[in-house]
Amino acid sequence: MDFELSIEQQILRDSVRDFAEREIKPLAAELDRNEEFSYDTLQKMAEFGLFGMFVSEHYEGRAMDYLSYIIATEEIARVDGSHAATVAAENSLGIGPIYYFGDEEQKRKYLPPLCRGEALWGFGLTEANAGSDAGSGRTQAVLDGDEWVINGSKIFITNASTEVSAGVTVLCRTGTLDDGRPELSCILVETGTGGYQSKVMHDKMMWRASNTSELYFDDCRVPRSNLLGVRGQGFRQMMQTLDGGRLSIAAMGLGGAQGCFEMALAYAKQREQFGTPISQFQVNSFKLADMATEIECARLLLYKACWLRDNHKPFAKEAAMAKLNCSEVMYRCANHAVQLHGGYGLMKDYDVERFYRDQKLLEIGEGTSEIQRMVIARHIGAL
Amino acid sequence: MKILVTAKRVPDPESTIKVNSSGDGIEEAGIKWVVNPFDEIAIEEALRVKEAQGDAEVVVVSIGPSEAQEQLRTGLAMGADRAILVTGENLDTSAVAKILVKIVEKESPDIVITGKQAIDDDSNEVGQMTAQLLGWPQATFISELKIADDKSSAECTREVDGGMETISVPLPALITADLRLNEPRYASLPGIMKARKKPLEQIEAASLGVDTTPKIVIKSMAPPPAREAGRIVESVDELVTALQSEAKVL
Repeated sequence: MDFELSIEQQILRDSVRDFAEREIKPLAAELDRNEEFSYDTLQKMAEFGLFGMFVSEHYEGRAMDYLSYIIATEEIARVDGSHAATVAAENSLGIGPIYYFGDEEQKRKYLPPLCRGEALWGFGLTEANAGSDAGSGRTQAVLDGDEWVINGSKIFITNASTEVSAGVTVLCRTGTLDDGRPELSCILVETGTGGYQSKVMHDKMMWRASNTSELYFDDCRVPRSNLLGVRGQGFRQMMQTLDGGRLSIAAMGLGGAQGCFEMALAYAKQREQFGTPISQFQVNSFKLADMATEIECARLLLYKACWLRDNHKPFAKEAAMAKLNCSEVMYRCANHAVQLHGGYGLMKDYDVERFYRDQKLLEIGEGTSEIQRMVIARHIGAL
Repeated sequence: MKILVTAKRVPDPESTIKVNSSGDGIEEAGIKWVVNPFDEIAIEEALRVKEAQGDAEVVVVSIGPSEAQEQLRTGLAMGADRAILVTGENLDTSAVAKILVKIVEKESPDIVITGKQAIDDDSNEVGQMTAQLLGWPQATFISELKIADDKSSAECTREVDGGMETISVPLPALITADLRLNEPRYASLPGIMKARKKPLEQIEAASLGVDTTPKIVIKSMAPPPAREAGRIVESVDELVTALQSEAKVL
């Protein structure tokens, strides 16, 4: 066994940490307060190279392994959830499906601008009445000559309604199978297509500086060639995408937990009550010891899942475990961090307040904790 | 034009440093290692000269343990063209300077840029010793560098006590970088990718034919004394008295 990161991965971690500290951290609180998606920071993240991290150089990607992508996401999440969300959603959900399932023509057309970070792409799975039961979506695509005609709507779609959003991958019903179940396929819809509208969603509790959208398809017509991969494979494509996506949500939990821990430790060492730094009280030092231990365990589990993926071994069970564990570890770390900050932890002047809110998404997005437990239960043969 | 820069492997300035159990060095377990921050500034300056000149090569050199490969890869990821690692143990500043002279003689750069000092031992000697051994002009603690159009000299602004001094040195010359020379760039992801294909040459110090017997032996190391708690005084008079009779600073 070897627990050392490669030299390249170590340099990457240092460099992303440095970038996040200098370019994201100073702005994060204000962008969150103003609910503002920063195009300026997006451009900096793009130039720094955070998009298309695991995509081959052939499509202008960075050709790094999945673990490197996860480390980068972790380091962004260590300072801010919203920016980590923009990066993770774009790589895993925007770029991922096109890279893994697209034909050569689609990859050549869409991937280079996405990898350069000049454009963003959404992943249209969830609907108002289809969340955990993602296969029950009502959005429909009917073939009319050489065009798909799409009708329906999607909700909670990241990166789909910015000024640079170039389009979205949409899961649609494209027919009915012999057994009566719907045939599901993914179709690429470009921004600007007639009948397609995306709308920014406001008043989120968390990730307020990231872009979340509602999508509407009203007799939206796209060329037949916009089908992603094989007809009828849409649900499988989406689920496979989520296996990888879960690793990036886990990375956000891990990075967020690390950020909470560091802030809590620093604060507890300088905050004095009863004439003593509060970190000296056993009740508090044990909280910090628990946080450090849980973070170490979470990191080992997540990196192992990435190692399995990078070595072409099955990783779906470990991805679900890492997503479940890392998001719940951050839940406990954010809770302890606010508790250690006392009254100040309830104020927006302290970043732990934002981390406490940002954490909640991680137990809900890309498969709730309940769904992760179902996935794991199936893998271990209990269900 | 060729620029040679140094990249020493040092503990992260944010690490907590503890003296080891034998009391002659630091506890290395759990320490994160980085490029000496002043060397990072030197690398950045070399890259800026290269970008301004167009046809320049930047060679980054580290002298120390084989793990210093990581620091050289960082330099390459920032944009240096190739790297040289001279491996050796127990090298003091004079040995490092003699080794660096050998590398300079082999590479014949137009400029050598080093950090003004390394943040581990704070010796502030290698740059000066190297220039002396080479018989080169040196400009130390510089905060601004301008290469003349004909590339025959460099105008250097030095940070000296109470002000600035601007001097001109003929090239080749050795320059040591101070804190305000620039703000180093990050190693971007495309930079990290490009670094994979850049050459890193390894040389053993023993093969260079220099006497590296240390002239300095570290006898002991001790942490600074713990700071004593402050005291709140009742009046200005009491403060003045305490400063005079106890602290003896007035």
